Amino acid sequence: MASPQATIPMTEAEGLEHGLTAEEFRHICAALGRAPNFVELGVFSVMWSEHCSYKSSRVWLKTLPTQGPRVLQGPGENAGVIDIGDGLAVAFKIESHNHPSFVEPYQGAATGVGGILRDVFTMGARPVANLNSLRFGSFDHPRTRYLVNGVVAGVGGYGNCIGVPTVGGEVYFDAGYNENILVNAFTLGIVRSDRIFRACAAGVGNPVMYVGSKTGRDGIHGASLLASAEFSGEAEAKRPTVQVGDPFTEKLLLEACLELMEKDAIVAIQDMGAAGLTSSSVEMAGRGGMGIEIDLDRVPRREPGMTPYELLLSESQERMVLVARAGAEDVVRDVFAKWDLDAVVIGQVTDDGLLRVVCDREVVARIPITALTDEAPAYRRPAAPPADFEARQELPLGDVPLPSDCNAALLTLLDAPNLASKAWVYGQYDFLVRGNTVVQPGSDAAVIRVKGTHKGIALSVDCNSRYCLLDPYVGAMIAVVEGARNVVCAGATPLGVTDCLNFGNPEKPAVMWQFAEAVRGIRDACVALDVPVVSGNVSFYNETEGKPIPPTPTIAMVGLLDHIEHHTTQWFKADGDVIVLLGRTREELGASEYLAVVHGQVRGAPPWIDLKVERRVQRLCLSAIAEGLVRSAHDVGEGGLAVALAECCIGAPGPGLGAVIELEGPIRADALLFGESQSRILLSLRRRHLGRLRDLAGAADVPLTVLGEVRGHRLVITPFIDLELDRVRQAWTNALPRRLAG
Amino acid sequence: MRWGVVTFPGSNDDHDTQYVLEHVLGEDAVSLWHKDRDLQGVECVVLPGGFSYGDYLRCGAMARFSPIMESVIAFARAGGLVWGICNGFQVLCEAGLLPGALIRNRGLRFVCGQVHLRLETTDTPFTGRCARGEVLTLPIKHGEGCYVADPVTLERLEENRQVVLRYVDASGRATAGANPNGSLNNIAGVVNEQRNVFGLMPHPEHASEKVLGGEDGLKLFRSVIAAHREGGDRRTAAVAPGH
Repeated sequence: MASPQATIPMTEAEGLEHGLTAEEFRHICAALGRAPNFVELGVFSVMWSEHCSYKSSRVWLKTLPTQGPRVLQGPGENAGVIDIGDGLAVAFKIESHNHPSFVEPYQGAATGVGGILRDVFTMGARPVANLNSLRFGSFDHPRTRYLVNGVVAGVGGYGNCIGVPTVGGEVYFDAGYNENILVNAFTLGIVRSDRIFRACAAGVGNPVMYVGSKTGRDGIHGASLLASAEFSGEAEAKRPTVQVGDPFTEKLLLEACLELMEKDAIVAIQDMGAAGLTSSSVEMAGRGGMGIEIDLDRVPRREPGMTPYELLLSESQERMVLVARAGAEDVVRDVFAKWDLDAVVIGQVTDDGLLRVVCDREVVARIPITALTDEAPAYRRPAAPPADFEARQELPLGDVPLPSDCNAALLTLLDAPNLASKAWVYGQYDFLVRGNTVVQPGSDAAVIRVKGTHKGIALSVDCNSRYCLLDPYVGAMIAVVEGARNVVCAGATPLGVTDCLNFGNPEKPAVMWQFAEAVRGIRDACVALDVPVVSGNVSFYNETEGKPIPPTPTIAMVGLLDHIEHHTTQWFKADGDVIVLLGRTREELGASEYLAVVHGQVRGAPPWIDLKVERRVQRLCLSAIAEGLVRSAHDVGEGGLAVALAECCIGAPGPGLGAVIELEGPIRADALLFGESQSRILLSLRRRHLGRLRDLAGAADVPLTVLGEVRGHRLVITPFIDLELDRVRQAWTNALPRRLAG
Repeated sequence: MRWGVVTFPGSNDDHDTQYVLEHVLGEDAVSLWHKDRDLQGVECVVLPGGFSYGDYLRCGAMARFSPIMESVIAFARAGGLVWGICNGFQVLCEAGLLPGALIRNRGLRFVCGQVHLRLETTDTPFTGRCARGEVLTLPIKHGEGCYVADPVTLERLEENRQVVLRYVDASGRATAGANPNGSLNNIAGVVNEQRNVFGLMPHPEHASEKVLGGEDGLKLFRSVIAAHREGGDRRTAAVAPGH
């Protein structure tokens, strides 16, 4: 009996309802030589959605540097892979889960973590570290506390249960995210460099197998509807499109997949993420230049009566599709049975280049694979800077009054949510499981050791979206160099980047311009620092009621320590150590946290950046650490020198160590204390090493200033600041608990 | 000596415990699968941290019914050494091998971080190499670590010196501020009356290497090894499969 879903041709009006344009609908009809049926229209709508097709971003992403001698896998697979020697490699990726997390914070964030974990273990890598970048609205907004609590609990709920440590991240608060929070989740895994698995179907007749959880009706059109369109104030109504996570099942899936990968049974494997069974099977076939046939009657399901459309588009979590070697089906079944999971053959690889879907012995979809992948639309959308771009960059310093009390200004900054201690957040995450965490959350970068080697991996995730709002090109460059500087301060050489590009509606020229400028900034910075972008994710349509978020190109940076004993943290280690500053402090306050928090202004140009200078500073810091000269290293970032010094004093567990500093310079006091000049690193070292460091700095052409020394239990910055460390710590540690209590 | 580390579905710290036993202490450690009943002749069974069976029900409530637990319970009743860490502690309470129960943290949130613990008794195979009153620093990471028991049980635990570890401040005082989860009497770890079954919420396996920030956990592992060597507890897993 022919189902109406398979026989009735769809019209352009129905195409529009599926989020396609009239032109895209005509394009589909041409590719098929007929109008699509309902099932096929569903398949096209998700595969051609912004989320799956990258139709607005592809032309720009191609400009990023993705190659390098260590790159084993660049963008286009489930995750990027970089060689770290000793026969090992790291696989990593970052991904957004923004709209689901705004609609349902706990499950949205949890399934974000679950999805990125699958992307990494699909490559054959054992996940060993998670990071996340979270951005919420201001605390004045009534939903912010609810969202913070839900998202943090969801990130922890998933990561803690599956047993992968959350070792670091960043948390920002800005009114620009009031109605559209960002949840970007990152996972890094370790894989043997000769055992990397890819999602590239091969071998006609090889069985296509479905493993993991059963399919239900959750998350249908999660990707195409939630992630590929703006919000319009009906978030509550969209809750059914958010998937529900089950970290326990994913733990079983993780262990089963890694166990199976030890055997010679898998040809290709891909997780079922956005657009579920559809995108996973289509993408595997597309990469291999093959066709694929799927029999929906064999798909394990949670409830009866599911239609072909629902089965193909469901985004039920904790599922994978794999192409097994013919004859190895029982090997797959046995491993999954051990872990009490389903593993069934649902189809086979074909050579006709078609996606053929059968249900009830009837073909319900028949689409050329290339129509869904290579021939998906790609747009070079119009781009133009916002009208007020130049006006907002103006900042006559004469209009900014000097603070009358620098002690008070520093305490105000340390109490500001963006600068305050994030212990309230990371204290809810298991950052220890797997027994590799050498530098715990709270320093510039987290460091994990690589078991069986002397090596370590440093990890950081960064973006200052205020910089990006005021100048997306410079802001994106700074996101890259700051990430690199953070891993350098931990003693690691930057290896590679994964980026999560969160922007508003790309159909608006101003947003498209922000995107293009940000990609240009990432490119220039990555080229200058010689770090490739090996994976990433684009999230557009982060707007509500027509108001876009600040452009937020989040950069996750991965660095390598050849010797784990070189790992360095940001806090002071011993009384009497000398404190020095590498780099130059300029008279600039534009786009700073100080200007926003103390003066309530978001304007001015972001700090000046010279990539050549940046590179020199980073190289000097690394060689000083490698020579064993450095006891602590800290990137000078938001809040400037005064905040960085305070963090060096109080960041570590225990009572902390004071500092006695003398600051002078021909520039304004507030720029000296709180300005955010780039390419600066604070070091502390034994006095006897100062001569050697000066020599290195001289040879590297990097300015070095001796600021003072580690001493006592006060933070003294003559002639501006003199505070008891306890007061400094209280302001910094109580800021978030105070706002989130209750 | 020969150790066995149980893997339930959802166990997370099983790998880490086995790593410390094998690579830090050079011990013989085998993995015990939850569906098996054979304890493979081990001399101490460790129930590791994690979320056994997802812990969607009460923590540990499912795990106690697994096939391996039948053998572990018999082994413990016969005097064998059984050590539950975090989720393993919860499983031991659910299985009735230890008194009391572990409920949701008083603060209602998962907590991860270092705590100070006062060692209350050296009269167990798990603490013989420590000093009474010594303050150890170990990490915790749990959402359900609030130890509770009825007043009579609690009194008996204290009288019998079955409280092994208590949450304290850096100077060793058991204050309310030093209690991370609301446990009664600041209890972090207890031993059974026979002193062969030990459960604690903190993670000694995550404080067993200097590069990871501390080695206090090794004192507990080394105590077991020493007790075994001294022949105090030489009973091995001589329980028939299926028993």
